[in-house]
Amino acid sequence: MTTQLPPSLITNPWISTWLTVAADGTMGLRVGKVELGQGILTALTQLAAHELDVAPETVTAAATNTVTSPDEGYTAGSLSITVSGAAVRRVCAETRELFRRAAARKAELNVTDVRLVSGAFVGPDGTRIASYAELSGVVDLHVRVGDPTLDVELAPPVSKDLARIDLPDKVLGRPRFIHDLEFDGMLHARVVRPPGPGAHLEDAPADHVSSMPGVEQIVRDGDFLAVIARREGQATQAAAALAVAASWSEGIELPDPQDLEGWLRTADAETSHVRTDGARHGDAPTVVATYSRPYLAHASIGPSCAVAHYDDGRLAVWCHSQGVFTLGRAIAAALDLSPEAVVVQHVEGAGAYGHNAADDVAMDAALLATRMPGTHVRVLWSRSDELSWAPFGAAMVADVSASVDEHGAITDWSYELWSNGHMARPGYAPRHVLLADAHRAGIPMLPPAVDPPADRGYGSQRNADPYYDFARVDVTVHRLLTMPIRTSSLRSLGSNLNTFAVESAIDELALAIGRDPLEMRLAHLSDPRAREVLSTAADAAGWGAPLAEGRGRGVAFCRYKNRSSYCAVVADVEATDRLRVTRLTIAVDVGQAVNLDGVRNQVEGGAIQATSWALFEQVRFDRHSVTSTDWESYPIARFDQVPQVEVHLLHRPDEPPLGAGEATQGPVPAAIGNALADALGVRVRTLPFTPDNIVAAIDAQS
Amino acid sequence: MASFTLTVNGREYDVDVPADTSLLEVLRNDIGDKSPKFGCGLGQCGACIVLIEGHPTPSCDTPVEYVRGEVRTLAGLGRVGALHPLQAAFLELQAGQCGYCIAGIIMSAAALLRDNPRPTRDEVSAALERNLCRCGTHGRFVDAVLAAAGSET
Repeated sequence: MTTQLPPSLITNPWISTWLTVAADGTMGLRVGKVELGQGILTALTQLAAHELDVAPETVTAAATNTVTSPDEGYTAGSLSITVSGAAVRRVCAETRELFRRAAARKAELNVTDVRLVSGAFVGPDGTRIASYAELSGVVDLHVRVGDPTLDVELAPPVSKDLARIDLPDKVLGRPRFIHDLEFDGMLHARVVRPPGPGAHLEDAPADHVSSMPGVEQIVRDGDFLAVIARREGQATQAAAALAVAASWSEGIELPDPQDLEGWLRTADAETSHVRTDGARHGDAPTVVATYSRPYLAHASIGPSCAVAHYDDGRLAVWCHSQGVFTLGRAIAAALDLSPEAVVVQHVEGAGAYGHNAADDVAMDAALLATRMPGTHVRVLWSRSDELSWAPFGAAMVADVSASVDEHGAITDWSYELWSNGHMARPGYAPRHVLLADAHRAGIPMLPPAVDPPADRGYGSQRNADPYYDFARVDVTVHRLLTMPIRTSSLRSLGSNLNTFAVESAIDELALAIGRDPLEMRLAHLSDPRAREVLSTAADAAGWGAPLAEGRGRGVAFCRYKNRSSYCAVVADVEATDRLRVTRLTIAVDVGQAVNLDGVRNQVEGGAIQATSWALFEQVRFDRHSVTSTDWESYPIARFDQVPQVEVHLLHRPDEPPLGAGEATQGPVPAAIGNALADALGVRVRTLPFTPDNIVAAIDAQS
Repeated sequence: MASFTLTVNGREYDVDVPADTSLLEVLRNDIGDKSPKFGCGLGQCGACIVLIEGHPTPSCDTPVEYVRGEVRTLAGLGRVGALHPLQAAFLELQAGQCGYCIAGIIMSAAALLRDNPRPTRDEVSAALERNLCRCGTHGRFVDAVLAAAGSET
């Protein structure tokens, strides 16, 4: 077995940090990755039980806690199976061998003569020696992983899916979410946000609010304004009254929504050259085009929620953050507490799909709890605040120039991108990264979002460098250094727009020289796994068959982060009085899949969400505030608007797991755009594919 | 404060709350039934849908003072050992991702199946028109409703 330890075990090397074997034989698993609705706790439980060779019901995976769980950083980037899965397998395999050694000692046998059968260790003749439970008292798990005297082999790849461990609670309506937490005497708080970014609180006459029923306290701290009340409805009503009474300055100027592209191109930015081969285009590149997407909201169905309790200098926070460890440190810094004084407990929330307001609401609750010592304070964001104050996926614009030679080969490719950064989670800057912290300090604009480095798959730059065999490629990325509209991580980061641009441009090149778009791609892809997802999706979708009037079919491909999962999508659309995506045929290769149904579920969901982004979604704003604040002004796909999704999973048990959650976010919009062009003969390069943008593209072409 | 008697999942509750309190708040915080969820407070997303006299109704913007008749919630639909066919089908087909919208979706679907025991796929989609799902679990949800009805998926 490899002696190289998974990264999570280098920082958390004690087996006892990860696993407890109790005297009744139950196993307590602790991990640093959190359940986001993606099924990670189920998959890790399945891996642990398989490696320990016990029934999955024996293993209970605890939600992450900053005191008792291993710190594995953020739960992000489709890396949880790759990172945490590797650690869990190793920890459980070593634990199994430690117990086997104890069983051998007890029976005075050689370790190699002891087998594990249904959770019990047996001798060579099948004589039972002892179970995990019986040996739990003699095996010390407070040892470091990587003991060179242990002969550890990982179990063969798992094949049987474990059903989602969290689903029974959700289907039976039992309390499970952060929103459902209840403590004796818990108070309810609501925050009154400024009318727009950078607006300062000038006056907040509050006497009439203080006397409203149930109001316990009004908290004003700089531009942070909140009310704490006994009942939830009382808090909401008092906050509404406060909002009416408060007066604010005008705030900063937001970009002109009519010329977002112009603003992106001219705002102060940091330029990086991702690739510089020296592309040569001659006088006329074959295709020159500009692609863009608007700001996108995470738009969780459940508004962000947290509970906090402060007493005697110690702060406890319950929240649904994707990075509880960094959040705890950021809260400690903001409230001038020692990091050890802050404990953060993860509790499941509604799906977030990246960095939404989960961290901000935890800071709100923490701050308010310090004003109400000894009492649990629960904060819930409003729908309006969730859609306007949580970070967005960045608006992006990209220019492509591409040239083909006389044989139809794409030889030269130039790509230039403008975008705000895609990472503004707690820890990206020393202070003022949490909304309440910024508002308390009167900071008009949060520090501009950054981008993860190359070894974490980039941010704006993610998939900006095409995964195709082009001779000369230049990729230039401008990350904005000003952030009037707040951005941070949204599922797939920059890959969504970059893949849309790359895959649309390849389609345009194919059409320009009369090549089949599928064949064009295959001709420029030497990686056999890339070729296989493309041909699998194309075959399953019936690529090449004639289509009825008003229908179109398009294909797109992406290898996520250029080193993770492979995904090919064929989209079928109807473009008559409106655009309808009727079917998505998807082939994915995620390497080894731990839980096959879990992968399918993630791929189906990602594909539908990406369809929703592509067809409907756009954050609206005027010069001072975000105006898309409910489900009518920020529509998402409804039941009668989602495509049928067919997933073909190319399972590769002998390859490393690559992650599944984000693979579809780029190729789905690209395939839909290509299908739309096939149906209408018109190329729509501006997302989303709303009637307005489609009509504008038709007008521009004619 | 005002006193109300509510019948929820076959049981009577006396509550003493401000008259304009939403049914959702009373269910979650006074009666302790956390199954309906707060999503928007505007009746736009369906996460809080319960049945009032059998009608799927958003409870977030329904003041408790206007509630007449029996309220049913997901927590009262079935239990371990006696699952409602919808609950059994949702588990069987693993229909769920984050699960926050599930309560509203199952309650909307329960009303549909009572009125239309063998719906078509399009009829299921139409019945779930008021329910939003952000994870993209729509296909599995519709499959699960059809499976619960014994219809072809």
